[in-house]
Amino acid sequence: MYAFDYTRPKDLAAAAQSFAGSDEPVYMAGGQTLIPTLKQRLRRPSLVVDLGALPELKGIAVAGNLVTIGAMATHAEVAASADVRRAIPALADLAQHIGDPQVRNRGTLGGSIANADPAADYPAAIVALGATVYTPTRSIADADFFTGMFETALEPGELVVKVAFPVPKRAAYMKFRNPASRYAIVGVMVAETASGIRVAVTGAGPSVFRVPEMEAALAKSFTADAVKAIAVPVDDLNADLHATAEYRAHLIGVMAARAVVAIA
Amino acid sequence: MGKFGVGQPVRRVEDQRFLTGTGRFTDDINVDGQLHLYVLRSPYAHAEIRKIDSAAAAAASGVVAVFTGADFETLGVGPIPVAAIPPANDGVKRTAPFRPAIATGRVRYVGEPVVGVVADTLANARDASELIEIDYAELPVAATMPDALASGATALHAPQYPSNLLLHWAIGDDAATKEAFAKADKIVAIDIVNTRISPTAIEPRAVIGEVDANGRITLTLPTQGGHGQRRWLASSVLKVPESQIRIVTPDVGGAFGMKNFLFNETVICAVAARELKKPVKWTADRSESFLNDVHGRDQLSHAEMALTKDGKFLGIRVSSLGNVGAYLSQFGAFIPTAAGGAMHCGAYVFPAAAVDVKVVMTNTTPLDAYRGAGRPEAAYLVERLVEKAARELGIPSVELRRRNFIKPEQFPFKTALGQTYDSGRYEEVMDAALTRADYAGIAARRAEAKTRGKLRGIGVSYYVEACAGGSGEQPVLSFDRNGKLTIRIGTQNNGQGHETVYAQLAAGLFDMELEDITIIQGDTDEVPTGNGTGGSRSIPVGGSAVQLNVAKMIDQGKSLAAEMMEAATVDVEFADGKFRIAGTDRAVGLKDVIAASFDGKRPDGVTEGLRVSENFNPSGATFPNGCHVCEVDVDPETGTVAFVRYTIQDDLGIAVNPMTMAGQIYGGAVQGLGQALYEEAIYDSTGQLLTGSFMDYCMPRADNTPSFDFAYTEVPTPRNALGAKGAGEAGTIGATPAVANAVLDALAAVGVTHLDMPMTPLRIWQAIQSAQGKAA
Repeated sequence: MYAFDYTRPKDLAAAAQSFAGSDEPVYMAGGQTLIPTLKQRLRRPSLVVDLGALPELKGIAVAGNLVTIGAMATHAEVAASADVRRAIPALADLAQHIGDPQVRNRGTLGGSIANADPAADYPAAIVALGATVYTPTRSIADADFFTGMFETALEPGELVVKVAFPVPKRAAYMKFRNPASRYAIVGVMVAETASGIRVAVTGAGPSVFRVPEMEAALAKSFTADAVKAIAVPVDDLNADLHATAEYRAHLIGVMAARAVVAIA
Repeated sequence: MGKFGVGQPVRRVEDQRFLTGTGRFTDDINVDGQLHLYVLRSPYAHAEIRKIDSAAAAAASGVVAVFTGADFETLGVGPIPVAAIPPANDGVKRTAPFRPAIATGRVRYVGEPVVGVVADTLANARDASELIEIDYAELPVAATMPDALASGATALHAPQYPSNLLLHWAIGDDAATKEAFAKADKIVAIDIVNTRISPTAIEPRAVIGEVDANGRITLTLPTQGGHGQRRWLASSVLKVPESQIRIVTPDVGGAFGMKNFLFNETVICAVAARELKKPVKWTADRSESFLNDVHGRDQLSHAEMALTKDGKFLGIRVSSLGNVGAYLSQFGAFIPTAAGGAMHCGAYVFPAAAVDVKVVMTNTTPLDAYRGAGRPEAAYLVERLVEKAARELGIPSVELRRRNFIKPEQFPFKTALGQTYDSGRYEEVMDAALTRADYAGIAARRAEAKTRGKLRGIGVSYYVEACAGGSGEQPVLSFDRNGKLTIRIGTQNNGQGHETVYAQLAAGLFDMELEDITIIQGDTDEVPTGNGTGGSRSIPVGGSAVQLNVAKMIDQGKSLAAEMMEAATVDVEFADGKFRIAGTDRAVGLKDVIAASFDGKRPDGVTEGLRVSENFNPSGATFPNGCHVCEVDVDPETGTVAFVRYTIQDDLGIAVNPMTMAGQIYGGAVQGLGQALYEEAIYDSTGQLLTGSFMDYCMPRADNTPSFDFAYTEVPTPRNALGAKGAGEAGTIGATPAVANAVLDALAAVGVTHLDMPMTPLRIWQAIQSAQGKAA
């Protein structure tokens, strides 16, 4: 990596101040993407602002119909949280199957969604559950947060503080993972929420997306067969060494059906 | 026999330090005043180097020196040599294309070293490397063997080689094979892709070069035996007497063949240390390991076998392309030809056989031995072909094997490809495996799996391979005054547990404690000679050498004891740690005899500390063999393979330490199944490595490998003193075809008849789609 300055501010205000005072600053949450990028000299920040000590970004709370998770909650913390598992077991399961133990012990919810890797798991939960992302100054609805491949609605310097997940009636996440990296080749969360049934797909396209045809079909008949036959157009899907667009399209149906079976 | 000795599952003495993080690997070592090397590598697979401007780098902060290929030429640095090139069909002896440690004039693969930057810190060296400007003129790339052989392909090593065909090699009897095929009722053909593999040792390569006041160079690096590297460096690269080079190898974290070889960075550290008169250190990062560690396998084969209608094998012929990459590594051309070519008869009586291999140069990283080195390719091909023949003839594949196995009474058995197999009881071994695997009960299990929507498959392989022939091993054994035994031996532990097994052998024979035995390896100053670890030779050859030398020490002891007890040597016997006059209670202990060897008058032929150093030469290769039975469930919806059961029955000859031997089989089998299902080093058409990290290169891991049910049948080999056949590569060789056959057996139900490795979910799903006439 290239040389950079490093700071570990004690609160949000100090973090913002550090960030504003540097030419080429970068926030670091769990560092699971940033550190490898730095090691390969693909980024050259002047300042790394470590978010690890910010009290505002910590904690997991369940209140009423909302599970609120601080941006710096690690995947392992979410997976191990009895509160999360009781309220939204699908969310705990999703966190439990991110990467490997090392990644889960360092990687965070906020870091993951701010990075918006097309193959990350959390985007499926944000969108399927209709979560709200909070920054220091505003709240962003699920549908508005992810804007493209590695792109979000966050302004430069804007941080994720926490995410509030409404508790669904029922939900399940099924992931077909890349055998090497364990990222999602296709991950599908099916949720029955207060505002209806949602099917959110990660890994398959440039960014998380919903499948309205499947949602409508499941609203009529909540069965695996209802979604299996629905073909997702391949045109906008990702293709790489591990999966063609056709395979991803097929897996969306399979994973959605398995999620339905897991719920029912 | 006491608690040690042959056949005891002695726990590994190495594990305490490895498991508590106190092993000492090359990168753990830092030398006072050491400089750091950063290697700037070619981003192109094929390009002319027009100009290198390194002035700014040389002037950068902390930089001590910058070396280009031209600098190395000026310094008289010789090429990295080859160790073996097989004879070509045309009778013309081939010489290796010039392989410089730092590219001169042209780069021929992505990752080839172009400039070495030496600085006070690695960061400074790397920063400076970014100031280097190189003017490359790109050349057409031959990333695959067919591309390299296509007419009009740019020859990598013109004018020495006007095409990319290094040589055409053949073995067997063409005419007899043609005749056999003419008589056949049935001919079965198969095209096999044996995929390219990255070796991925857990410890990346690292080197520390040092020079003393007399110009003598010490290199500390992970190896599979330093003597070969010293010879190659001395004879070709540095052109100095071997005595001017010392190779030190501390703990090694995995090698798999790859660490046998002399690499560019080793040479650069040696030359830089010599020129700068300072220690120079380099450690590969994982990206560099993927780019510049020699890869393995990479063969394309067309094979046919001729059979009678009742399934008797009449002949086999195989035509292959073998990739050596952009330059010849030491055994690069030997592996696809002589190392494995002669093993294409497998475990069967083939009255006629013919094999030919075109050895091809491509714009890719050089290839060399990878666990099995030629024999896995042969076993995979033969066992896929036998399976296919069985399906086409409608004969169960185990029955087809049974009808054609070499029978126990036929050994020693000379195959149609000229190998003389030592011993084996193939049918008995296969039956033991089939029984434990409940092969007979597969139909019920297949039906049960079907109720869960899964395709059950069972795959068998019967492999035979060749090990531990060739060179001998001459260790040095001696006692000190306190009765502690030191064994100096020129094989090299890279994780196998040699320290345990050699000590165990000696402890058993002397009836002494393991902790009173020290194994010294990995230092060419401490160990006078050695032929290294490779080809599963360490226990069969190294172990036999230890046994032989212990016997010589006991002979010396008898002679000294006889003198001490005023008896005739012939009347002295050694047992339970005592030299005793046979039939009496008069005895002297081993320790007293050792002490007397230092202090007393020694009879002729008795040395201080009973020191001995006898060479042990095997009388020929051994032929480990065995049966793998793999059972899988394929999920036809996703193409995912799940292991259900995995049974291995091996004949590895005499088992010296069943526990470490099982460890070799487990690890080997995991590497074999890794190739079958997960691993592949992939280049694109421009010669860029697409699988340059663990994000894309899939390794077998705890959650995608089975538990193994391993047992063994001991059929001793007459080819060495221990009767051991070697276990290091057997698991790898047996596993790849068994797993592939299991997947294909599962997919037979949905009409899939052929699939290449790695059998990934994507490939399996596509094969199912295509068999069912659907787009994929």
